[in-house]
Amino acid sequence: MALLEVKNLDVHYGVIQAIKDISFEVNEGEIVTLIGANGAGKTTTMQSIIGLIHPTRGEIYYDGQKINGIPSHKIVKLGMTQVPEGRRIFSELTVYENLVMGAYTRKDKDGVEKDFKDIYELFPRLEERKNQVAGTLSGGEQQMLAMGRAIMSRPKLLMLDEPSMGLSPLLVDQVFDIIKRFHEKGTTILLVEQNANKSLAISDRAYVLENGRIVLSGTGAELLASEEIKKAYLGG
Amino acid sequence: MEFITMIINGLSIGGTYAMIALGYTMVYGIAKMLNFAHGDIIMVGGYTIVLFFPISPILGIIASVIFCVTVGIVVEKTAYKPLRGASPLAVLITAIGVSKLLQSAAQIFIGSESKGVTVNLGEIRMGEIKINVLTLITIACSAAVMVALTLFVKYTKTGRAMVAVSEDRGAAQLMGINVNFIIMITFIIGSALAAVAGVFLVFKIQDVGTTFGAMPGIKAFAAAVIGGIGSIPGAMVGGLVLGFIEAVCGMVPALSPYTDAIEFAILIIVLLVKPTGFLGKKRREKV
Repeated sequence: MALLEVKNLDVHYGVIQAIKDISFEVNEGEIVTLIGANGAGKTTTMQSIIGLIHPTRGEIYYDGQKINGIPSHKIVKLGMTQVPEGRRIFSELTVYENLVMGAYTRKDKDGVEKDFKDIYELFPRLEERKNQVAGTLSGGEQQMLAMGRAIMSRPKLLMLDEPSMGLSPLLVDQVFDIIKRFHEKGTTILLVEQNANKSLAISDRAYVLENGRIVLSGTGAELLASEEIKKAYLGG
Repeated sequence: MEFITMIINGLSIGGTYAMIALGYTMVYGIAKMLNFAHGDIIMVGGYTIVLFFPISPILGIIASVIFCVTVGIVVEKTAYKPLRGASPLAVLITAIGVSKLLQSAAQIFIGSESKGVTVNLGEIRMGEIKINVLTLITIACSAAVMVALTLFVKYTKTGRAMVAVSEDRGAAQLMGINVNFIIMITFIIGSALAAVAGVFLVFKIQDVGTTFGAMPGIKAFAAAVIGGIGSIPGAMVGGLVLGFIEAVCGMVPALSPYTDAIEFAILIIVLLVKPTGFLGKKRREKV
């Protein structure tokens, strides 16, 4: 059974329909990517899944349970979270406090302690700067913090919205490397990216969004090889 | 000597304003609304202490806090929560409506004649200076409240969640933070602080009417704006600034009739020079 299942989703902003009858699923243990140009509806889809936007039609199931209509904070408690587009770290809180916020729903103190260690090991920069106000971090560090913060909730399903946006090529590589590591530890990943090349390379499966519709789907390798994709997203 | 008296008066008046301003600023920061009924919560607290005072002053203070918090919760749940996501103008008009509602309710249930208490805790002398004990208690109490609130926001899970919600509500929800719960906590704290401020104001002015909260409410709002609305330390600074202006004006006979005018003139000057207030931050542009 799929861990996440989206069925016939429609989303409107006023009279404008941003998402048109989208259906897809993410199975446990997979990395699935939604690729598409700006305005294709990727972020809208992500925000609908986590309950920040309310779809006008369709259903979203997580672990067999219907989750649309449930408030976001309760959806997060079910075991999924999101690294939002633009990182959206809490710039007035310190790095440490941001990570504490990531563990907001957790009661297991020992586990949280251990995860702090793991995250500081994975991102030594965050440990160096743990008492620094997060707004003073560089863009790359902020992305690391956003990812660390999300993983602090120990999600079963981690969704990342454009994690490579605005980063230098070196940092982009690092971000994809970290996503792979989260995945190896057993986290199911749903990724939204404009960087089709890199994201398809690590994906089990992918869906291509265009003007609010899914126009193509397949395995990461299939789509990487597809002529259409090459033309539209991979620069020839 | 006059100088020390002025400092003490300034701290006392400023502390009271700061407590009220904290309610405005926290609600603004977290719920993103101007709660114009906040001043009337002071009036509710004032009447409660007047009614309970003959039985027991301590019981009166406790009753004030409990009653104000209850009114704060009911107002939030019934008037503001249904408007979450509505236009700011609708929320503002509702808040003004709630303000009038509370004033009218007080008039119906308690009457339009003002009520008073007489409180005299005496004075202590330090050399030539005489200091009212009530003034000292006001300073101690508002200082304790501000320290406690600062620690609460900095070191507790709920306090940090309040900062998170005020900065980015959506991202806070992604952490699993229940925004409605945090807003409720904010109203509880704000109302409790207004109750305490109301009690001190009643003890000082010794007279409560239905519009008792209006003037301190609007001044505390000015204090919150001067300090930078949304900022907790800003509300404290803004409150103290207004407190000191009032203390200085109170001691200079030529200025004292113009105290209110001077305070609001300073508000205007601050807004012209630094529109975000002393400690207010410019909101980041969201892409």
